Amino acid sequence: MMNIYKIKLKKGIKTLKRTIVLLIIIIIFTLHTKKSLYALNTLNKIKQRGHLLWGTDAEGGAPYAFPDPNNPDRLIGFEIDLAEAIGKELGVKIKYVQNAWDSLIPALERGDFDLAVNGIEITEERLKRVLFSIPYYIYSEQLVVRKDDNRIHKLDDLKGKKVGTLQGAVAQKILENIGGVIIKNYSGVVEPYEDLALGRLDAVFLDYPIAAYYAKPNTKLKFVGPPIAEGYYGIAIRKQDKELKEEIDRILIKLIKSGKLKKIYEKWGLWNEKQEKLYQYVNKTSGERIVEKVREASLFSFFPALIKGAIITIGLSISSMIVAIILGLILSLAKLYGNKITKFLSTAYIEFFRGTPLLIQLYIIYFGLPNIGITLSPVTAAILGLGLNYAAYEAELYRAGILAIPKGQMEAALSLGMTRRLALKRIILPQAIKIAIPGVTNDFIALFKDTSLVSVIAMVELTKTYTILAANTLRYFEIGLIVAILYFGMSYPISILAKKLEDKLSPVPFKGGVHL
Amino acid sequence: MITIKNLHKSFNGIKLFNGLSLEVKQGEAVAFIGPSGSGKSSLLRCINGLEPFEEGEIIVNNITLHPITKKNIRIEESHIQQIRLNVGMVFQQFNLFPHMTVLQNIIEAPIQVLKIPKEEAEERAITLLKRINMEHKIKSYPYELSGGQQQRVAIARALAMKPKVMLFDEPTSALDPEMVGEVLSVIKDLIFEGMTTLIATHEMEFAKEVADKIIVLDNGEIIEEGTPEVIFTNPRNERTKTFLSRFITKI
Repeated sequence: MMNIYKIKLKKGIKTLKRTIVLLIIIIIFTLHTKKSLYALNTLNKIKQRGHLLWGTDAEGGAPYAFPDPNNPDRLIGFEIDLAEAIGKELGVKIKYVQNAWDSLIPALERGDFDLAVNGIEITEERLKRVLFSIPYYIYSEQLVVRKDDNRIHKLDDLKGKKVGTLQGAVAQKILENIGGVIIKNYSGVVEPYEDLALGRLDAVFLDYPIAAYYAKPNTKLKFVGPPIAEGYYGIAIRKQDKELKEEIDRILIKLIKSGKLKKIYEKWGLWNEKQEKLYQYVNKTSGERIVEKVREASLFSFFPALIKGAIITIGLSISSMIVAIILGLILSLAKLYGNKITKFLSTAYIEFFRGTPLLIQLYIIYFGLPNIGITLSPVTAAILGLGLNYAAYEAELYRAGILAIPKGQMEAALSLGMTRRLALKRIILPQAIKIAIPGVTNDFIALFKDTSLVSVIAMVELTKTYTILAANTLRYFEIGLIVAILYFGMSYPISILAKKLEDKLSPVPFKGGVHL
Repeated sequence: MITIKNLHKSFNGIKLFNGLSLEVKQGEAVAFIGPSGSGKSSLLRCINGLEPFEEGEIIVNNITLHPITKKNIRIEESHIQQIRLNVGMVFQQFNLFPHMTVLQNIIEAPIQVLKIPKEEAEERAITLLKRINMEHKIKSYPYELSGGQQQRVAIARALAMKPKVMLFDEPTSALDPEMVGEVLSVIKDLIFEGMTTLIATHEMEFAKEVADKIIVLDNGEIIEEGTPEVIFTNPRNERTKTFLSRFITKI
């Protein structure tokens, strides 16, 4: 009977070894390809690879870029129409890269995509870091309050009130300049209006297109005053990509002159007189409200996107657990059997990674490392971030497992002429690992859920898919339940599987870790 | 076969051996007796390098061990390794490997250390198991065996390395009384076959029957040594007398 398990175990170890080699190759390959591509200028690079990487945040929602209600795997929005028009002119396809709105600029700088477009206002501050195309839309800010509210009539009335806005948006700066306003920053555009309707906020101050789509249909809310403080949305391009900026400007001018851009805005109901500055003529037509459909879409239509997210979550969990298990083993051995230096280093590593938040570690790996010349792809950064963090916990689990093995085991092995290394490999570790398995399973389930954190570094896994879909449909409850069931449906089999593995691997009933 | 010269050893600053010397000839069976804490176990553990010592030298089969310092650690560790290949050890707690079957326990070191082919190692293991009447338990795991059976397997495991010397560290102290006999009879056979044997034990009858020489230890000091006849019937040292009398009344 045992032979079968042994063979299975051996096979498992073989596949494990293969996976690691493959993983290393993939990591090296992604690093390598990234570097070699930097040699070309971005415009040529785009043409050579045949697609443009378009950074946007689908969670930012309608009407800019959001999942199609009929096919949530696909994005729609006025900026998506703009993207397709630009792609057509350039003769390339558009690949959309999901990234949280408040980190679109840093992600652009580190090379995750070629340009960033998501209602990014052209500001002095941003111009210091990136180039902007000529404006493609003239926006203004709109103040929104509850229908029954008679206290607020103008911006100055906001002093001492709770006002919701978007983190890093121009509206936030305007609120700061008023002074005395209690600013509540959001990373999505739906939640502030929800909170306002629920009475958690006194007002919301955001870009007009957002207000037009999210606040206007809401009967509990009303607009206060005319739109104020107009500004421009521009396409953000890396500082060094002057050729790309010139090409994009040329295309935008062409789209404006041909009336193509106007058609897009009309389709989305975004046309207004302000846009006259961009266009030579005015044409009043009413737009279609595709957004409304999203809220009525069947729940089943979200499944393909959710399943895709779930698969990415599984892949991430397994890959990072492999990293954690291997690195953890090395760390625990270094801490237990190493010399003074390796003991110090592994202890320092473990304490550092256990003592700092995973979120901070992910930010440092993804946005910090490019500053010292190491640019990792989102997948690599996610796997590495989770793996490095969990390795610290694995190390302590193995160490506890090893310490639970009676001293006599090592002595018996040594007295049979085994070296310390051989005794560890053949006698101590196989027993220690069995003791560690329940803990490792726990950690795997925890890691599985922690993968939701990597949504901050541009990974669209299950949780990110959820927040994008929910933000655009406001169906936090139903989709949330589905997502929770998906998570549970994945993590529960892991615990069952682990229990079976534990039973199979362990012919010895453990009696407090001592075998007499 | 074994020579110990001027051995000094402390535990946490407390001196145990203070210049202990002794000699064991090839084929000789020596029993170490004495109260708990007298140094019987420590002495055996020094011989195969499980315990370090501060001064003196231990020579086993012409391999010499010195106290380990930063300078000589590599050489001394290779000497310890060579000695361990010549010396088998059996522990009070058996220390069988719980994740391996009886057979795997026995063939592990011959295959991994001596690089003997698996078939040959298994053949030898089966011969050894037959000798101790355990061939029917070949596929059992240690937890499925009684204490006496476990200890017999532990002896077979040590013998599979074809040692020239066997060290027994209180091999029956952890056993239920009814199992002591089966283990002692295996050791007795081994001694009669001419194995150089050092045994730390509280089994006075057994020591008397099989040992060529009895060494009485007390507080890390050899207080008396001689043939079993002399030690058990006519001890000269007062402390030996006290120890033996206490022991006999206990029985």
